[in-house]
Amino acid sequence: MQKTMINKNITLKPGAEELPKAKNRFVELAKKFSKRKTAVAALIFIIFIILVAIAAPSFVPYDPGASDYFAVLQGPSKAHIWGTDELGQDVFSRLMVGTRLSLSSALIATIVGTAFGVLLGLLAGFYGGIIDSAIMRFCDVMFAFPDILLAIAVVAVIGPGMINVMIAVAVFTVPSFARIIRSATLSVKSQLYIEVARSLGCSNTRILFVHVFPGTIQTMIVNFTMRVGTAILAASSLSFLGFGANVTEPDWGAMLSTGRNYLNTAPHMVLFPGILIFLTVLAFNLLGDGLRDTLDPKLN
Amino acid sequence: MGRYVAKRVVSTLPLIFVISFLIFMFMHLIPGDPARMIAGQDATKEDVAVVREQLGLDKPVLTQYKDYMKGIFSGDMGMSIKNNKTVAETIVPRFGPTILLTLSSITWAALFGIGLGIISAVFRGKPLDYLGMIIAISGISIPGFWLGLEMIQIFSVHLGLLPTAGLDSWRSYILPSLTMGAGIMAVLARFTRSSMLGSLRDDYVRTARAKGQTEGKVIMKHAFKNSSIEIITIIGLQIGGLLSGSVLAETVFSIPGLGRLLVDSINFRDYKVVQALLLFFALEYIIINLVVDVLYGFINPRVRYE
Repeated sequence: MQKTMINKNITLKPGAEELPKAKNRFVELAKKFSKRKTAVAALIFIIFIILVAIAAPSFVPYDPGASDYFAVLQGPSKAHIWGTDELGQDVFSRLMVGTRLSLSSALIATIVGTAFGVLLGLLAGFYGGIIDSAIMRFCDVMFAFPDILLAIAVVAVIGPGMINVMIAVAVFTVPSFARIIRSATLSVKSQLYIEVARSLGCSNTRILFVHVFPGTIQTMIVNFTMRVGTAILAASSLSFLGFGANVTEPDWGAMLSTGRNYLNTAPHMVLFPGILIFLTVLAFNLLGDGLRDTLDPKLN
Repeated sequence: MGRYVAKRVVSTLPLIFVISFLIFMFMHLIPGDPARMIAGQDATKEDVAVVREQLGLDKPVLTQYKDYMKGIFSGDMGMSIKNNKTVAETIVPRFGPTILLTLSSITWAALFGIGLGIISAVFRGKPLDYLGMIIAISGISIPGFWLGLEMIQIFSVHLGLLPTAGLDSWRSYILPSLTMGAGIMAVLARFTRSSMLGSLRDDYVRTARAKGQTEGKVIMKHAFKNSSIEIITIIGLQIGGLLSGSVLAETVFSIPGLGRLLVDSINFRDYKVVQALLLFFALEYIIINLVVDVLYGFINPRVRYE
């Protein structure tokens, strides 16, 4: 209301030049991003993989769960372009349909982990003091279990299974996000517009979520993209160790784990799931690199 | 310096205490009755009671915690359910393979990663830089266990050059070390590159060039020397993570190390061994971080006064 009144009261003096129209920031960033060819290629690949995850059941040549005991452990052929597994199931169909499970589990786990991590990071950075100390000490405890060990420890407590792997990967995502967002919050907090908001009488909650949080979104997007890649690796590693998806489910990690037993006779069972995991993680990492270069204010 | 070290050590103690408490709680956080889970669903009440006694779960929680802390200091962390040996007897023989594997992995990863990073920085924007960075980002993105399996396929199955599993000779360490070190090599290459790019732009490098030093000396004696402190810090931190990172490589190559023991113990619900291993991995990581921190403060006095 106040804003409109201010705008209405401003009138240009005769002869005064009108300010040049502000450039659309999104268009500017998109232009900058499009110059990074590897990142653009990575984005196209990710969109393609997401479309595969959505449409796979309608275009795969075989039912991913259908066994053909006359065609077990066959190498790539015209009938089965990526060969068959130990039950005669079509590897290509299973991998394509498996995209859904592997990608969605990594995405959901990263989204949940990011949500908690961002909230903790915002609270720690904004309020400081005892809240900050408590949250950061909590992160230190989590960081004492390096890399995948934290996810393994969580699975050791709550047991194996796909949902539990997602919980483990989400937990594994929280501390690094909390730290990154905390430092982003600290830098946003010291900006002049936050001081203005405070002097206008905004409540802490409003300043935190309406003014500070948007300032950390760029950092969040870059790290989220990179963490999806890490989550795919972590989830497939846990599945490979036998803690994740059931081997009957079409999941990339679980398929690799089964394929390991047939390395001598059917190497394609390991080759194709591995290539798919590698390319997907690579795409998320390249996209993350490209987004960081585009969005990071320090690099600008 | 003494004050700095004391401060760092004292600030780590509460963390160690919390971690040890959390790992003690591990058995109590498991949904359901751990004794029943170990004994099996068909086990009689008496069998479950025996397992409960074996785990010490029949005592009050405070007594359990006291026993557990006493056990940590005396090295007696209970019995393994799988083989009726003490936890220490189960774990100690597994140290050797994991430590050797960690050292061999970090050695090649450091040499190759730093080399790649320096080359990329020196040839910035040229094909060699792109090649180096493609190798580095691939190293970060590749699933280590898959790399291991593919190397078995090529070097063991097809070419017959290296063993597929076990630890019979030094040749057995080659493929697992390559598998474990790939990610770290990539991290080091990226870090070295960015650190070297910063150093190469510094004034003292320009001065060295102006003095007529050869390019090789400028890069290695001036730029790299200055970056090396940070690079060594990163290597130190990576060693801590590598010990637990052995889980995947040891599973792929069937190596009887600590990582494989952890996976087997989780599958077998040998909770006392899982507890001891988690505690070891966490403490080892915290202590290595502490040592790196202290050494960094020793080399770079500015850190001590922050």
